[in-house]
Amino acid sequence: MSDQNDPMAEIRASFFIECEELLEALQDGLQEMDEAEDGSEDPETINVVFRAVHSIKGGAGAFGLEALVRFAHRYETVLDEVRNGVLHPDSDAMKLFFLAADHLSDLVRACRDETPLPEETSEELLTRLDALLGDEGGAEEVAPEDFQPMGLSLGLDLPDLDAPTANHFTIRFKPEQELFATGNEPLMLLRNLCDLGTSSVRCNLTDLPALEDLAPETPYIEWLIELETEAAEPEIRDVFEFVDGLCEIEITGGASEPETTDSAPLPEAPSEEAEPEAALTEMPEPQVAPPPPAGAKPEDKEAAKETGEGRKGGAAAAKSVVRVDLERIERLVNLVGELVINQAMLSQSLDEAGLSPHSDAMNGLEEFQRLTRDIQDSVMMIRAQPVKSLFQRMSRIVREASAAVDKDVRLITEGEGTEVDKTVIERLSDPLTHMIRNAVDHGLEGAADRETAGKPRAGTVKLTAAHRSGRVIIEVADDGAGINRKRVQEIAVNKGLIPPDIQLSDSEIDNLLFLPGFSTAKTVSNLSGRGVGMDVVKTAIQSLGGRITINSEPNKGTTFSISLPLTLAVLDGMVVNVAGETLVLPLNVVVETLSLGPDDVQMLRPGHYVVRVRGGFVPLYDLGVMLGYRQQRKTEAGAIVLLIVLEDSTRAALVIDGIQDQRQVVIKGLDDSFYRAPGIAAATILGDGQIALILDPADVIAGMGHMRGADLMLSERMIANE
Amino acid sequence: MSEQGQNNDLELLTFRVADQEYSLDIMSVREIRGWTRTTPMPHAPDYMRGVINLRGTVLPVMDLARRLHLPSQETNDRNVIIVVNLNGTLTGLLVDAVSDIVAITEDDLQPPPDMSTDPQMSVVRSLTVIDDRMIRVLDLRAVVPAASDEVA
Repeated sequence: MSDQNDPMAEIRASFFIECEELLEALQDGLQEMDEAEDGSEDPETINVVFRAVHSIKGGAGAFGLEALVRFAHRYETVLDEVRNGVLHPDSDAMKLFFLAADHLSDLVRACRDETPLPEETSEELLTRLDALLGDEGGAEEVAPEDFQPMGLSLGLDLPDLDAPTANHFTIRFKPEQELFATGNEPLMLLRNLCDLGTSSVRCNLTDLPALEDLAPETPYIEWLIELETEAAEPEIRDVFEFVDGLCEIEITGGASEPETTDSAPLPEAPSEEAEPEAALTEMPEPQVAPPPPAGAKPEDKEAAKETGEGRKGGAAAAKSVVRVDLERIERLVNLVGELVINQAMLSQSLDEAGLSPHSDAMNGLEEFQRLTRDIQDSVMMIRAQPVKSLFQRMSRIVREASAAVDKDVRLITEGEGTEVDKTVIERLSDPLTHMIRNAVDHGLEGAADRETAGKPRAGTVKLTAAHRSGRVIIEVADDGAGINRKRVQEIAVNKGLIPPDIQLSDSEIDNLLFLPGFSTAKTVSNLSGRGVGMDVVKTAIQSLGGRITINSEPNKGTTFSISLPLTLAVLDGMVVNVAGETLVLPLNVVVETLSLGPDDVQMLRPGHYVVRVRGGFVPLYDLGVMLGYRQQRKTEAGAIVLLIVLEDSTRAALVIDGIQDQRQVVIKGLDDSFYRAPGIAAATILGDGQIALILDPADVIAGMGHMRGADLMLSERMIANE
Repeated sequence: MSEQGQNNDLELLTFRVADQEYSLDIMSVREIRGWTRTTPMPHAPDYMRGVINLRGTVLPVMDLARRLHLPSQETNDRNVIIVVNLNGTLTGLLVDAVSDIVAITEDDLQPPPDMSTDPQMSVVRSLTVIDDRMIRVLDLRAVVPAASDEVA
């Protein structure tokens, strides 16, 4: 990257990445606290919340981000009261905690992007946070400089010891190379240790080689500390908590401690926490004898300790991960794409060579195909991310939106672990934001109306994600009044979108919402109703290869379902011939193939045919004609027909000339800078090196001058009414 | 264009389209490749021949004769596709045959006579004479339509 020359910039960047993780953990924790009944919160949850804020504060201190430290500190103070059981947050307090968490993430981002900090909001929130303390008592204003590094019990299974007695410990502390590589400072640890009681520290230099033999980055020295303290062993271990696994520690002595001589403090020492950082942070100075840092600032002490902690928090949340430049993954994806094409070419040439299907070459090829597919799946998995981050952003949108329209709204999320291609997640954020706002603003009624309707005052918006038959389904459901169809139709008529006397079915009316220029809000509210409406959402979803459908029930609510492809890179396709061209149809829309008998096709009116399939009539389209490859033929009898069903249950029969194959194809984007073909979603490269176009069946049918689904019937009726 | 009047050397790639001689600044030419069958795009303008596979990317190919409103020739094996780079976007131009690379100076270029009613002339940036033959220098920006031109 470009910042290679500046190690600080890299460390800083990794701090902000950690912050994102911590903020996520914070959100999770708060959510859990919020959902738990009063008093039944898991103390560990509060610890997680507290720790996240604490770690952000620590890291921010190290980078001198004063405003962030200040806010995080006072937020943390309040959370500490909760942790200690002094303060029991009610639902208002929880709301405030959420707001504070949102604000904290704003501050982090402002610091990262070096944009002006929203100081006013800080002040307001801090006042409200302090008010919480005031009410409950126990509010002591702690200046940021005063706080001590806290020995947090980070879920360690160590026995609690009450009854402090004067204990004598001998501690041997030998840092390893990683300890320095991760930016820890032994001096700080020793100082912290000395703070626990009376101590004498000796430095053991016996291992130190002569200067010419000295490897500058290898630590050679160890310290022996004699400590008289009231503290028990766990507290001493706490001092070394953040360098756990990065050094040798032996603690001997103590009054009431039976297991005092284990040299590895924790059996499951999570050593991976050091690895990602070790590569990044190279200590510039040799680490033979750590000198006291020049110009040490007062908060350095906390800083050193807490960057360690931040690391720990991040690592604990994210298991063992490697951060990889997205570009490298892109390259891998492209290479795998090439591999798939190449394999198709190889397969074709082996076919043409006329080898027996039982020959070694063909068997090998089969194995090769299987491997290619596995590689492809694995590579796609790298790009896949859980939708959790997206959903968390949405929970913030709900909070803000509900505050703006003064409605009490709960967001329930399900299936946060559902993994979707990273690009899809990124490009889903805007449409989803819009839909959530719509649900809060238009979908849900006001509290009074809800009570009249016999519903709880607080509205619910449910956001779910799930994998279903090779696609991702994301649903936004509210338990509001449902779509006011009468009103929707009125508006559409008033805006001249539909003729006034037309009779529409419920789903036809619902689909009017997607028409450009439609907005139902009676007044332009803060949130929505600026004219950019569901049509924009629909376009955005379609550009991702997705579909959106509405399902609304009066008084029960409205559900918007988005169906998306898992990845934007490969597609299971059916390769077909049409008028001498090779085309690919997404396999998931094809439900049946049939060959037409002479009596199967009926003419609806000139140029419009239907085909009878299992007792129903399905409109028949000749793909060759639709794409402009040939003229309408006199009869379609004998033709091969693909029966397709679109997301919105629209059925259509497509006339083709022949089916070649079913296979995975690599999606190649079409450069539509000067021509965008209707009905064509993308292209792929076939085994013979030729390009085949990938159809977007919904768009093809729409391109025939008909609209899909409800729109289709609508247009037919409009023609009939004319 | 702005570089006119300077004594910079200029290299032109000359080629034949419908028995006429045209040329392009060689700096905008990325490569020349033999004719391969194009995959036609549905409902495309008539000068869009379709797309071809250029080492794994999809390259749109334009029939230069049709684009210049010249009688289109039957395609044969000697036709070539000139791959040009315009602002980072690659486009293929189908021409009859590539003739030569000539080095001239900007002074050798003459502005075309004002014949603004002729649609073909708007894409010709300047004229030059080589071996007593008139060669038209194409303005690539006018030849390759911009995204906004073709939305409708």
